[in-house]
Amino acid sequence: MEQSNTTPREARRRAWPMEKHRVEDWIGKIYTSICVVFLIAVIISIVYFVTSKGVATFAVNGVSLKEFFLGTNWNPQADTPSFGALPFITGSFMVTVLAALIASPLSISAALFMTEIVPSFGKRILQPAIELLSGIPSVVYGFIGLSVIVPFLREHVGGQGIGIGAGALVLSIMILPTITSVAADALASLPRGLREASYALGATRWQTIYRVVLPTVMPALLTGIVLGMARAFGEALAVQMVIGNSPHIPTSLLESASTLTSVITLGMGNTAMGSIQNNALWSMALVLMLMTFVFVLIIRLLERRNRL
Amino acid sequence: MSTVKVNHKARKRAKATDKVATVLIVTFAMAIVAILIGLLGFILFRGLGHISWSFLTTVPQTMRAGGGIGPQLFNSLFLLFLTMLITVPLGLGAGIYMSEYAKPGKLTNFIRLVVEVLSSFPSIVIGLFGLLLIVNTFNLGFSLLSGALALTIFNLPLMVRITEQAFAGVPKEQKEAGLALGLSKWKIITSIMLPVAIPSLITGTILASGRVFGEAAALLFTAGMSTPPLDFSNWNPLSPRSPINPLRPAETLAVYIWKVNSEGIAPDATQIAAGASAVLVIMVLIFNLLARFLGRTLYRYMTASRRMN
Repeated sequence: MEQSNTTPREARRRAWPMEKHRVEDWIGKIYTSICVVFLIAVIISIVYFVTSKGVATFAVNGVSLKEFFLGTNWNPQADTPSFGALPFITGSFMVTVLAALIASPLSISAALFMTEIVPSFGKRILQPAIELLSGIPSVVYGFIGLSVIVPFLREHVGGQGIGIGAGALVLSIMILPTITSVAADALASLPRGLREASYALGATRWQTIYRVVLPTVMPALLTGIVLGMARAFGEALAVQMVIGNSPHIPTSLLESASTLTSVITLGMGNTAMGSIQNNALWSMALVLMLMTFVFVLIIRLLERRNRL
Repeated sequence: MSTVKVNHKARKRAKATDKVATVLIVTFAMAIVAILIGLLGFILFRGLGHISWSFLTTVPQTMRAGGGIGPQLFNSLFLLFLTMLITVPLGLGAGIYMSEYAKPGKLTNFIRLVVEVLSSFPSIVIGLFGLLLIVNTFNLGFSLLSGALALTIFNLPLMVRITEQAFAGVPKEQKEAGLALGLSKWKIITSIMLPVAIPSLITGTILASGRVFGEAAALLFTAGMSTPPLDFSNWNPLSPRSPINPLRPAETLAVYIWKVNSEGIAPDATQIAAGASAVLVIMVLIFNLLARFLGRTLYRYMTASRRMN
């Protein structure tokens, strides 16, 4: 790594007083290493603290794993408190999967439109617009949900408007730009020859897209979808604003429900550090963290497939 | 003869399918564009009417109509400044390490994994971690500084990636020229590579700022959900009423929008939320345009591309 051509012995003999460029090199090396060590220390302490607090519910307070993960009754204030987090876990997974189901076909169409059908317009106008939209804060999406989607659902579909359906719609709008930009990048990076070969065989544009382009970029498309899902799963405020926040497993999409993030958002301020209620919220944070690991793992696996 | 006929039919069908598929894709894409433009337009349309100089500068009201967002707007900007003050040097250092010093191997792969995991952590989890470690254990309380540290964690992975990409984009020949002159590696990094990387660094940093500006979940339990009465003529950073005291609680614009929507009782809560959302969106727009403009201008100014064109 050293860019010097002195032998080790010479270097040692000249070690002091150090030459200027050697001092500079040490400063650079120490400074950048400290930054990296800080980064690693941060992640290790996040994992350590969230895990130790999250495990305390089971280890210290004696809540059984079965009750937490399979119990459907969340009532920490009662005389015989119960800590069933299943409604929140289901809520989180339902909004995430629904949001991905709504957003994926739309985003992939948009990406195809941008790259395969009108590339010049797509690149100049659509791509910057999509990038801009991915920068819009999530509370703004929550506000849109509250003032557009919820009233719309209430008037035209039924129920209170709030619930899993509204949450999924808000999240799907939020993750549209994420999936679209990953998909568009993947499509744009395909070698031209691939398409040209397909057209030369007399294939139509749709045949080329469906038989050649899409199968080739499939791992990248899935990466985009998983990234979107990870974002949706961890989103707290936008969902909390429109989902209704009742601690039950909903029987319809238009019924008030909760997610892990919404319960944490509402509960953390009202419980004392170290109480069982508080620890149960940390256990949910632990579930969120573990799901993040799962999402990252899936993305890594997809990227490996993509490289082959 | 018959085979030709079959091919002809298949060809016709393929063409029809192609048309249908094209129409579908265009419809879907247009639907998205319509939705997105509609929503953006809605926000601006609903909010712009409520934005006025007094809305931007006065303090909020809890019970009466006519409250403003002055302190929140100031808090957001000041918190962004504090965050960037901490994030940029750290992110720059770690990014330079990743692009210039890291040797391919297990350790580098591990650091890459760390950056990836950290960047996909839900912001609420980072907020909780901030509450536990920064607010309680380090005893910084609900304060601007706690918020800035939490946002640093939130923003650091992005900053590292931006730096790494910016440095990776520096032409290899420039680096080699420096080596040929016998410069130290650090000297090459700071005086040859950094100036070339600056345009994309600045673009990336401004875009990251937009993200920090709108973040709320990580701040609920770190910077807090209230602002003490501020005295804008008091610039002593140690006074509890001073706007620039880093140890006072500070509710940002994004947090305020959330609070007004979920528990606002002022009669004009909806209008306030609309106005504040519009301000937030406009700020993000400004950040975006600024990033594009500065990136392009600085690139022309700092590299030889102007003379070559």
